[in-house]
Amino acid sequence: MKGIIGKKIGMTSIFDPSGKQTACTIIEAGPCVVTQVKTKESDGYNALQLSFGDKKEKHSTQSEINHFAKATTAPKKFSKEFRNFSIEKNIGETITVDIFAEGESVEVVGTTKGKGFQGVVKRHGFSGVGEQTHGQHDRQRAPGSLGNSSDASRVMKGMRMAGRMGNDRVKLKGLKVVKIFTDKNYILISGSVPGHNGSIVLIQK
Amino acid sequence: MSAIKYVHEQLSSKKEFPAFKPGDNITVNYKIIEGNKERIQSFKGDVIKRQGSGFTATFTVRKISDGVGVERVFPYSSPNIDSIVVNKAGNVRRAKLFYQRKRSGKSARIREKRMITTDSQ
Repeated sequence: MKGIIGKKIGMTSIFDPSGKQTACTIIEAGPCVVTQVKTKESDGYNALQLSFGDKKEKHSTQSEINHFAKATTAPKKFSKEFRNFSIEKNIGETITVDIFAEGESVEVVGTTKGKGFQGVVKRHGFSGVGEQTHGQHDRQRAPGSLGNSSDASRVMKGMRMAGRMGNDRVKLKGLKVVKIFTDKNYILISGSVPGHNGSIVLIQK
Repeated sequence: MSAIKYVHEQLSSKKEFPAFKPGDNITVNYKIIEGNKERIQSFKGDVIKRQGSGFTATFTVRKISDGVGVERVFPYSSPNIDSIVVNKAGNVRRAKLFYQRKRSGKSARIREKRMITTDSQ
């Protein structure tokens, strides 16, 4: 596996030379510092801890400062572990967008936009009950029956109901890298990625 | 510079087209690829809508072809637009001329904007 931490910047669309328009998301990915190297001998598994985004020292705890000092870097906002990293890196080294190539298929992990408390029509794709007319009243977005009557006498576990929607960790697979700007650390990924602009996403393969 | 602007400065075509507004009569020369041959097709009509901003902006051109209204949406930054010719400047009061869809014949005409030119004297 290889991966990088990035910040979603926004969406736009670009044209390829034949005139085909593609919707793309711009992500400012890296540079990430390797702040910890975990090995099978010392930790039981192989992993790299990458850190992204600078943070002021006065906003960091002493343990954070000491941890990042081992990699001789300033305190960072976000750290994430990537297991079985395919590229050999030592502590303190940086990882930039050029670990990916244009045209490569990647996975993007992010946290979706929070939608608040939503009904079953929006949350689970129910079609609602009944019609607008024929004596119906107030039932157009209702969930309908929750289950059987006396045989069970309870609502089954996992019954889909209204509730909090969004703000979930979501992984999208098979997104294509359209373009990489190494000088600005931008990576263009086809289609949309989870989360609002400015949110943290992981790009991995 | 914003990231979106930077990306488009690197990737998008920087063709300059003459300024046009809704109500103007324009000809869009559009490249069409048939097989491996490329030819230019022109689409002449009235601009009824300009939408969006920056590099993702589009405009809609409407014409009457054999008595049938035809509308076509062009992305402004498309590399397939060869050129745009402004034939007539229209005098309209709206930004979106959707009322043209209900009109036909004489009432669908757009009044031409008369410009005062001083250099012709």
